[in-house]
Amino acid sequence: MSTRQASVVPPLIECQALRKVYGSGATAFEALHGVNLSIDAGEFVAVMGPSGSGKSTIMNILGCLDVPSGGSYRFRGVPVERLNRDQRAQLRRHFLGFVFQGFNLLARTSARENVELPLLYRGLPTVERHARASAALAAVGLAGWEHHTPAELSGGQQQRVAIARAVVTEPLLLLADEPTGNLDTARSREIMELLTRLNREQGITVLMVTHEPDMAAWAGRVVHFVDGHIESDQRQPGGGGMH
Amino acid sequence: MLWNALLLSVREIRRNLLRSFLTILGIVIGVAAVITMVTLGNGATAQISQQIASLGSNLLIVLPGQRLGPGRDSSGAPRFRLSDVAAVREQVADVVAVSAQSSTSITAVVGNKNWSSMVTGTDNAWFTTGNWVMASGREFNEAELRGGRPVCVIGETVRRELFGAAADPLGASVRLKSLSCMVIGLLASKGQSMMGSDQDDLIVMPFATFQRRISGRQGNQDVGSMRVSFRDGADASKLQAEIRRLLRERRHLATSEDDNFSVLDTRQIADTLTGTTKVLTALLGAVAAVSLLVGGIGIMNIMLVSVTERTREIGIRLAIGALEREVLLQFLVEAVALSAFGGLLGITLAALASFGLASLMGLPFAFDVGINLTAFLFSAAVGVLFGYVPARRAARLDPIEALRHE
Repeated sequence: MSTRQASVVPPLIECQALRKVYGSGATAFEALHGVNLSIDAGEFVAVMGPSGSGKSTIMNILGCLDVPSGGSYRFRGVPVERLNRDQRAQLRRHFLGFVFQGFNLLARTSARENVELPLLYRGLPTVERHARASAALAAVGLAGWEHHTPAELSGGQQQRVAIARAVVTEPLLLLADEPTGNLDTARSREIMELLTRLNREQGITVLMVTHEPDMAAWAGRVVHFVDGHIESDQRQPGGGGMH
Repeated sequence: MLWNALLLSVREIRRNLLRSFLTILGIVIGVAAVITMVTLGNGATAQISQQIASLGSNLLIVLPGQRLGPGRDSSGAPRFRLSDVAAVREQVADVVAVSAQSSTSITAVVGNKNWSSMVTGTDNAWFTTGNWVMASGREFNEAELRGGRPVCVIGETVRRELFGAAADPLGASVRLKSLSCMVIGLLASKGQSMMGSDQDDLIVMPFATFQRRISGRQGNQDVGSMRVSFRDGADASKLQAEIRRLLRERRHLATSEDDNFSVLDTRQIADTLTGTTKVLTALLGAVAAVSLLVGGIGIMNIMLVSVTERTREIGIRLAIGALEREVLLQFLVEAVALSAFGGLLGITLAALASFGLASLMGLPFAFDVGINLTAFLFSAAVGVLFGYVPARRAARLDPIEALRHE
């Protein structure tokens, strides 16, 4: 599978001379200056760097939440910078999953309803929504917790619900922004194991922002950002990823 | 998409039951107030029309003096005579019946019971012009009318007070002053008049009997008033004019003199009275509608707060792939669902309130589908109107900003 992807299919993500400028005039601030990055389907990439280095900016652009100010970003060969708001929303809906540092679950909403949310926007019938949400929760080890609200779950459990929500749609790309930032070491390890398993078993490409080298060590490739450009891009033989 | 939006908003409303209820309280009260006002107003109007109908339709009442209008003097106006009644009956076209009547108050005695009532002397035309139906017994016969025999027909109230509710009064005697009068008929009940008086509290006897034995002036031809009923479809104002012309001539009034009698059309009185009630209903309804508007502003206020409070949630939805119009629709549907639910609650409340108030005030409960539907649609429209601004604000949020929102 990996050989076919490498030879025929274009890279999942291809950025060329990507620039991002916030503000205008004298207060303008360039967060990214000319980033070139290419990620193949099935990779597990960790993005590292100090705060203000542009790693959140690149995540927002790669996640189709934001558009670059210059350069090009092709997702599956589609130039994202030319898409409008709704077209980018459609891309997110069908191909992307998000996991955030703060979990970002809907409060007072059961785990299953949280996981069902993206399926709801895809217009799936109720029975199928319930089945797939329950299956996704079981896959992250939360079978039997369907009717608990976030307030009744621990941090690690909440993050696993968030991961279930991100992967219930079987996305091509999972974007995780500091997924272990709010968790202790043991919980962090569980989350990383889960992400690795999703990457290996379901072939989901994982792009994870982290500032913890321990977490980055799980990835098959580590990209370091400093001052809005890539300082290093190294593959780790021992880490995750299907390459 | 709409179904999803509905599902999401119902979930959201259920999640914030108390807040949702307080949000729609304004709408509930507004809708309930509008419907109650209009329903009660309609009940009052219906009651007046009904009472006018019981008075007799196609009816003109002719009274001596100018009773209506300010500053007119009715005292000293000459009375009508029986010949006037005959003239109207014979000379005016389209007249079906003319009854002459005179009334006075009297104490009726049966055994050890006595009752203060009104006694009216008249003829058989009175049953027609007054729209009266006999519950039992008969009208007067020719001999009784001509000979002034001591017979009478009584109303339901008089029967109840003098004989008891279940008793058959036919053939019994009622003493009026020195006259012992045999009951030959009982009138079917009509209930209260529009002025609130009891229409069934009366005793009727032949005109001649009344003249000779009650008013106590032998050979007196004076008539208290006339009732003229006319054919269906006849022009009431033309008849009025004709009777007026005839009576002016008979009463020898010069062109410069004002009328010293009045010809009243019951339908005109009815129109005036129901018109007044309708204006009052509209006025009260309009005042109540203001509270509906205030309720709508309440919904907008809460929805705006809700958008701010749920910024992060909106960010999550947008990140997951919700389209701008889906978020817009969700918030709009939520506002509409809230206000429509408020409308339904209001309708229920109004039904209870107007039913209770109507029976308390003795009005008929006139359920009006139109106003209920209008109030419901209006409350839903209030939801669209006042839900749109918050919904658009929610839909236009930047997902990155929204996700960062604490």
